[in-house]
Amino acid sequence: MSVLIYAESDNGSLRKGAFEVASYAKGVADALGTTVTALTVNVSDVSELGNYGVSKVLQVSDNALTKFQAKAYSSIIEQAAKAEQSKVVVLSSSTNSKYAAPLLGVALNAAVVSNVVSLPKSTSPFVVERTAFTNKAFQETQINSDVKVICVSNNSYGLKETSVSIEAEAFSPSVNGGSLEVVSIDKATDKVSIADAEVVVSGGRGLKGPENWHLIEDLATVLGAATACSKPVSDMGWRPHSEHVGQTGKPVATNLYIAVGISGAIQHLAGINASKVKVVVNTDPEAPFFKAADYGVVGDAFEVVPQLIEKLKAFKSTN
Amino acid sequence: MKILVCISHVPDTTSKINFTDDDTKFDTNGVSFVINPNDEFGLTRAMWFKEKQGASVDVVNVGGPDTEPTIRKCLAIGADNAIRVNANPTDSLFVAQELASVAKNGGYDLVIAGRESIDYNGGVVPGMLAALLDANFVNTCISLEVEGTSATAIREIDGGKETIKATLPLVIGGQKGLVEESDLRIPNMRGIMMARKKPLSVVEPTGSASQSEPSSFSKPAPKGSVTLVSADNLDELINLLHKEAKVI
Ligand SMILES: Cc1cc2nc3c(=O)[nH]c(=O)nc-3n(C[C@H](O)[C@H](O)[C@H](O)COP(=O)(O)OP(=O)(O)OC[C@H]3O[C@@H](n4cnc5c(N)ncnc54)[C@H](O)[C@@H]3O)c2cc1C
Repeated sequence: MSVLIYAESDNGSLRKGAFEVASYAKGVADALGTTVTALTVNVSDVSELGNYGVSKVLQVSDNALTKFQAKAYSSIIEQAAKAEQSKVVVLSSSTNSKYAAPLLGVALNAAVVSNVVSLPKSTSPFVVERTAFTNKAFQETQINSDVKVICVSNNSYGLKETSVSIEAEAFSPSVNGGSLEVVSIDKATDKVSIADAEVVVSGGRGLKGPENWHLIEDLATVLGAATACSKPVSDMGWRPHSEHVGQTGKPVATNLYIAVGISGAIQHLAGINASKVKVVVNTDPEAPFFKAADYGVVGDAFEVVPQLIEKLKAFKSTN
Repeated sequence: MKILVCISHVPDTTSKINFTDDDTKFDTNGVSFVINPNDEFGLTRAMWFKEKQGASVDVVNVGGPDTEPTIRKCLAIGADNAIRVNANPTDSLFVAQELASVAKNGGYDLVIAGRESIDYNGGVVPGMLAALLDANFVNTCISLEVEGTSATAIREIDGGKETIKATLPLVIGGQKGLVEESDLRIPNMRGIMMARKKPLSVVEPTGSASQSEPSSFSKPAPKGSVTLVSADNLDELINLLHKEAKVI
C-alpha cells in the first residue's frame, strides 16, 4: 500500500526532480499512514533517496530500458504499483513522465492529475490543488478513482529532507514497449535544459537579432543557467523552437528567471509565472513585465548585460 | 490515410480568467474562444497530408453546441468532415473515452491531438486515447512524416529531441514544430462558404466514466510591486539576488 514514485534518472544518476517527487510522496504517505517506495531504472547508487523519505527502492537494471520508451516505462511502473499495491503513484512533470503518465493511468484504471502544486487538502475524499489556465488560476480537484496518478508541478513543492532508513531490492519486471522504436537521441550534454535549470536567462525581440545572443549566452554561462526566448524570437528563426517559453511554448518554473528585452505579453508571462524570482531588463519603463517582476532594471540591454556579466563573474569568484 | 484531428475549444490567450457560481465554474462572459493552439499546429500538418498525400481529414470535438464556431473554423481551414460529441467534458478520461469511440468507429490511421489544451493544461487526453486504442503514441511531437503504414516522428525531450519510428495506427500529442507559425492558415471567404456546406455531425456520448472532478477554483495572490534598481548600480541587483532573494 506504499506510495510509489518513479525516480527519474539521466545516464545512471537521479535527476533533481526525483528528490522533489520523493519529498512530495513522503508528505502524501504521512497523510495516509504509509511509506514511500521508489522505482529506479539503471541507477546503481540510490541511497540519496533515503534523505527525502524513501524507505524502499525497487531497482530495475535492464539494458532494454537504456532509452526512455513511454510504453515500456509505463508498463514497468504499472508492475511496480501492482507489486506494492500502491493506491497513489507520484511522477514529476518532466517531458518523459508526462508522456508515460496517461498510459499508466489507463493501465491502472487511475485518474491522472497533472500540474499538482500542493499536498492533498484531504485524503478522503482525495483533493489536490493543481494549476489551470496556464498558471492564471488554481483548481482544486477531487480524485475519485481507487488508484491515483499524480504529476507534481516542477519546482512547486521543493525539496524536503527527511532521513529514513532505506533498503533496495532488485526488481525484474517484464519489458514490453511494443512496436515503437526510439531510433536516435539528440541531446546537448554540455548544456543545462530549461526543465532542469535553477536559473533561466531569456531574450526577446529587444535584442534586435540573433547575432547579439552572445549576451544571453554569456550571462547564462556565468549563472549556470539555461537559455530561453520569447515566441517571436523563435518564430523569426533567431533561436530554436525548443527555447520558446510561454503559454504556447515551454513552461518555466525556475528559482530565477531573467528576461532581457522581453515586453511581458500576457502569453509570455503565463508560461513563466511559476518561477520564484523574476528579473527584467528593458528600456521601456512602461513594459508590462515590470508589473510581473520582482526586480527590474530600466536600461539598454546592450549596456546593462555586459556590465552584469562582469560583475557576476567577480561575485562568483568570491562566493 | 484517414486522419482524425482532435480539437479543443479554449479561451483566447488574452482572456481574463474569472470564475462564477461560488468559484466553481469558469466565467465565459466576454471570453472569445479559439482552436487550441497546439491543435491548430496539428490541423495544419493534417492539411499538408491531405494536399500532398491525399489523406482525408476529419475533426472531432467533445463539447456543447457553443463549440460549433470553432469546429466550423476547422472546416473552413480545410477539414473534410466534423464530428461533435454532444457532452460537456468532465475529466480527461471521459474525453479520451469519447474520442476513442469516435476514432474506433471511423477506423482512422492517424489521430492528431495537441500536447495539451491551454485551458486546463492536463496534457493527459492524447496518451489516454492512445492507450484506449492500443495505438502507438508520440507526445510533444514536433515533426511527423508518414510513408505507407510507417511514421517517423521527432519528439521534443528535456534538453533535446529524439527520432521515433512507429507503425500506424498512431496517436500524437502535437505542438509548434509540426508546422511553423507562418504556415498557420487564416480561412478565406471561399473556405468559410464551403465550410457551411460540409457535414458536421453531432453524436451523443457513449456514457463514459469520469474519475475526477474539479471542486473549486482560485486565483493567485496579487504580486507585490517590483523593486527597481538603477542601471548604474548593478552591484545592488546582485546583492539583492544574493541576500534578499537568495537565488544566486
Ligand atoms: C495565441 C498566442 C500565443 C502566444 N504565445 C506566446 C508564448 O508562449 N510565449 C511568448 O513569449 N509569446 C507568446 N505570444 C506572443 C506575445 O503576445 C508577444 O507578442 C511576445 O511575447 C512578444 O515578444 P517580445 O517580448 O520578445 O517582443 P516585444 O513585445 O516586441 O518586446 C520587445 C521588448 O524589448 C524592449 N527593448 C527594445 N530594445 C531594447 C534594448 N536595447 N534593451 C532592453 N530592452 C529593449 C522593448 O521595450 C520591448 O518591451 C503569443 C501570442 C498569441 C497571439
